[in-house]
Amino acid sequence: MSTHESRVGYALAAPGILALLLLFIGPTIAIFVIAATDWELGADRLSFVGLENFRVMSVDPGFRAALFNTIVYALIVVPATMILGLVTALLVESTRTWQAFYRAAHFLPAMATMAAMAIAWEALLHPTIGLVNHALIFLGLQPENWLHNRHTVLPVLAAIGVWQNFGNAMVLFLAGLKAIPQDLYAAAAVDGADSPLDRLRTVTLPLLGPTMMFVTIIVGLRSLEVFTSVQILTQGGPDQASNVLLYTLYRESFEYLNTGYGAAITVVFLVMVCTLTLIQARTMDRRVHYT
Amino acid sequence: MARLTLRDISKSFGAVSVLRDVSLEAQHGEFVTLLGPSGCGKSTLLRIIAGLEPQDAGTVAIGDRVVDRWKPKDRDVAMVFQSYALYPHMTVAANLALPLQMRRLSKAQRLPLVGPLLPGSRYIRERIAEEVRGVAKSLELASLLDRKPGQLSGGQRQRVALARAMVRNPALFLMDEPLSNLDAKLRVQMRAEIADLRRKVDATFIYVTHDQTEAMTMSDRVAVMFDGRLVQVGPPHLLYDRPATRRVAEFIGSPRINLLDASVRSNSSAMSGTCEFQIHCDLAPGTAVTLGIRPEALHLVDNGGAGVLSGRVHHVEYLGSDLLVYFQVEGNSEPLVLRAPPQHAASLRPDATIHASPRRDGVLVFDDKGDAVSTPTVTPFRSQRTS
Repeated sequence: MSTHESRVGYALAAPGILALLLLFIGPTIAIFVIAATDWELGADRLSFVGLENFRVMSVDPGFRAALFNTIVYALIVVPATMILGLVTALLVESTRTWQAFYRAAHFLPAMATMAAMAIAWEALLHPTIGLVNHALIFLGLQPENWLHNRHTVLPVLAAIGVWQNFGNAMVLFLAGLKAIPQDLYAAAAVDGADSPLDRLRTVTLPLLGPTMMFVTIIVGLRSLEVFTSVQILTQGGPDQASNVLLYTLYRESFEYLNTGYGAAITVVFLVMVCTLTLIQARTMDRRVHYT
Repeated sequence: MARLTLRDISKSFGAVSVLRDVSLEAQHGEFVTLLGPSGCGKSTLLRIIAGLEPQDAGTVAIGDRVVDRWKPKDRDVAMVFQSYALYPHMTVAANLALPLQMRRLSKAQRLPLVGPLLPGSRYIRERIAEEVRGVAKSLELASLLDRKPGQLSGGQRQRVALARAMVRNPALFLMDEPLSNLDAKLRVQMRAEIADLRRKVDATFIYVTHDQTEAMTMSDRVAVMFDGRLVQVGPPHLLYDRPATRRVAEFIGSPRINLLDASVRSNSSAMSGTCEFQIHCDLAPGTAVTLGIRPEALHLVDNGGAGVLSGRVHHVEYLGSDLLVYFQVEGNSEPLVLRAPPQHAASLRPDATIHASPRRDGVLVFDDKGDAVSTPTVTPFRSQRTS
């Protein structure tokens, strides 16, 4: 390649490289640098403290609760979303009538704005006027102060997370189901695997493998990012019981203005997200056995 | 004994009728091919035989038993699909073992983890593995048992699909265009392998294809289907020499049969343009008919005259063993084709005038509906396997 050509090449790539540096790589480096300082937002001086922020983090009960809650949240949301999404997809796929309606109906929560939906959930879960408690009382069961009980708040938030995510999972599973060759079901029927359970085990689930991996990672990433519902419904309470990673990050950075500490939490968050993304990229590459 | 009997099978998808009153019988051990253009209903018929699709009317009997309400797995049939339909997540060995496991292991014994530990399970599994190895060996798949279908070539996948059908020892082999995804060379090879398989196993074969060469080379009898109807069923040579309709005549044979418009003069002759042909038919003089002449039923003669087609050479295809001479006859829109020995190659330049005369009894006559009206005497030739 001539020098002229390579110069033109660089010139053409330059805007892209610049945007990448400015919008992605720059801020990421900045986060790592700030995480090593005690900078407070608006302060005109800062000093480098090395790994001090991370040491503080490791003993900070707020952060530990947030990390723990986020993991618990993800461990509830991911499997529940997978199962609910898959079951809904199988049910929607098995019906011939009203298919489009069911598909749209189940996908609605995924399209709705979480901020608006959180308010609707707040109304439903209200301890005295909420529909949920009214229904419980009607059935002769004990009402519950769902969002202010430290034992119920996280499962309730997770349930809302499942409600919001499973439509997405369903749509992905539906696409995966459509891609399974009908001949395989025919072959399974001739081979003797014709009960619903055998079909599921012999054909459907194995061939949905790549879709399941994809959905797990997507839902996993989304549940690590839970924020809106926490911010609107509980503000991390009661007593840190619903504090999650992104909410702590937000509060430290923008309410307490501990920008350095916030940046350190961001680093942790970034590592978690990148790990999941890497796993996804790796496994997506290894889909060879399905060709 | 696995005789297959189809009686008056009909099937529609919505308003589209795909099969109409199809009746067919295949004797035990017979190789019957359903041949027809795509969309003629042959695959649907095969799926009905397999039990994958219910028919709207008619009955399917295997042996002496009507199996209409039986599930595919209970019909003792094995099927080979055009797409092979191998389970992509399983090794070749697991693919071959599955139909046996489904039959011989109980529900509990098939459970993952726990299943293999249950009493009896291990013994059955070992037996299955042994049979799988045996079948794999006979199809030269032994070295591929641990591979997954994605790591195999098209021909190997096809052999695995055959092995999966074979491993169960079914009474009826159903094959749905099994060779159409293979390249030409492999197709010839697999044709031989299927013929081989057929000699090895004591089963009845129903083979679906749109490829007349496959049908002609492998079958005891061929059932030609058009638009959901069986048009003619018979051994390959009969379909070729005595096609029941003009469409069958056109569909079978390559290059295609020559067709000439003509009108009947007497019960032993018909005129096409200025050329008079000897035929046998009892249609009234003046009736419009179509004459069909196979390319090899025409031979070159030195001079024109009565009963001789004269025309100009359009182009010549050299095939090594013989020549295909395309020539244009006045009054016929399409060029005719004749098969000539390769020695004639030098004299057959484009635009040269040639004369061709049909072999005695080489002229087929079809009426205006396309049905054959004459039955030319053909050299008696009977397949040994059909009675």
